[in-house]
Amino acid sequence: MLKNISNLGDAALYCDFGKEVNRKINSQVIKYFKTIQNKNIVGVNNLTPSYNKLIISFDLKKINFNKLKKIIDNIEIINDDIIQNKKFEIPVCCEKNFSLDIKRLEEKLQMKEEKIYESFFEKNFFCYMTGFIAGMPFLGDLEKNLRAKRLGTPRVKVPKGSIGITEQFANIYTFESPGGWNIIGNTPLNIFNSSKEREPNLINPGDSVSFKRITKEKYQSYHE
Amino acid sequence: MSKNYFEIIRAGINSTFQDLGRSNLYHIGVPFSGAMDNRSYLLANKLAGNNHNYPVIEFAYQGPHLKYHGDKLNIAITGDVTFKIKKGNNLINGECYQSFILENNDELDIISTNKSVYGYLAISGKFDLKFQWSSCSINTKANIGSNNGKKLSDNQKINVKEINQNFVNKKLNYINTKIENIRVIKGTNFDYFSEEGKKIFFKNEFKVSKLSDRMGMRLEGKKIENIVDTNIRSEGLIKGAIQVPADANPIIMLSDHGTIGGYPKIGVVISADYDKLVQLTPGSRVKFQEVDLNSAENLFKLYELETQNLISQI
Repeated sequence: MLKNISNLGDAALYCDFGKEVNRKINSQVIKYFKTIQNKNIVGVNNLTPSYNKLIISFDLKKINFNKLKKIIDNIEIINDDIIQNKKFEIPVCCEKNFSLDIKRLEEKLQMKEEKIYESFFEKNFFCYMTGFIAGMPFLGDLEKNLRAKRLGTPRVKVPKGSIGITEQFANIYTFESPGGWNIIGNTPLNIFNSSKEREPNLINPGDSVSFKRITKEKYQSYHE
Repeated sequence: MSKNYFEIIRAGINSTFQDLGRSNLYHIGVPFSGAMDNRSYLLANKLAGNNHNYPVIEFAYQGPHLKYHGDKLNIAITGDVTFKIKKGNNLINGECYQSFILENNDELDIISTNKSVYGYLAISGKFDLKFQWSSCSINTKANIGSNNGKKLSDNQKINVKEINQNFVNKKLNYINTKIENIRVIKGTNFDYFSEEGKKIFFKNEFKVSKLSDRMGMRLEGKKIENIVDTNIRSEGLIKGAIQVPADANPIIMLSDHGTIGGYPKIGVVISADYDKLVQLTPGSRVKFQEVDLNSAENLFKLYELETQNLISQI
């Protein structure tokens, strides 16, 4: 049972799973998210799982905070094996015109470019959440020596497909968007496809992701 | 090509198709979108003789100038809007909350919204639009919705798929009121701010900044001091949530907002005040007033009753 539920405004439940950010807590969030999603509770019109929080938005015309809280309080979590997570390998090209911040990172992290990439490409990532912009996956965790702060001044435009890192996380810019993450490469894959109404996101919370370095020629072949 | 269509002579500043928006997509990063001012949207459809959920054109500040080609239809405009209808050599001054007939070759020039941001144009029938996740609402940031997710542009055509044969003239006596006090419920990070900061938030005036759009409304005012951390672990956002980033100027999340954010939330605008909030023009001054959850729920019931009452008068 979820203990820490409060209201966020008059039309959302704010479920707090604790201060920590780790896979165990995040898996709990995702389990609750998937269970509640499957229940199709009348009035619930959006669910936002994140690292350690779950926000349940509802239509105030149909239900209110206290009534919905009672339902959520008594919800039983579905078994682990119902939740199917996928594995992805995302191709990334690290040519100069894509790896916008690699030189900056060499300085910030006091590491050589090759070492940064070695550590990054060896890692198996876990998708904690998706969002901010449509389909953007938040992936963790980077090795401690790769953790860098955001850019002092965010870019007005980060190119679509950019792979960014900051703190313990990596992400993929599914659209051209403003952003302050350190950009180390670019993927030719379409991570969000809005024409697919059922599963527009390639990567979803709970999925595993690794990255594979590709050449410029290979990158271009995706667009042919 | 459709027999009935509008030719866009001038698209206006930010004209988009909107309806009730799309739900249950926050978890993949897609916000509700939909008409910013829901009440004005519903009234426009009712005045045009439509079902409540038909697509309309939402415009901001300057609206579109359209030329109509086809069988006659009814239109209605809601909000606080100056517009003209040109029938041959006749120029008619338009009135909001009233239906008008458009015939072949008539022009509709939506000149501007007055002391408000958004206005709505409904036609008695259906525009020919693509739906995504059961909504035509255009989200220009993610290019989702009808018109390839882009705002309307000059010289394009808008096809009309269906015209309701409903030519009863309709009118509603309604005067838009403005609010100066925005009512809020304390946010989940209210205690991140100093006692002085909290006081400033509820006592001082804030000015609506020019950097406001369908995603968010930025405010300027006296600095609200954060004594804990100017960042939180990124988590879900909702419409009306007020974030205070490091520069201490509050940002209110609006219908096209990013679904996840990492700034402390000092408050959330109550549902009953959302339609009025979005109509505040840059330069307007607002104050925040604290209410509790129970009052917010009652105020929303009242607001809903008022809306339903207005709809039933049409």
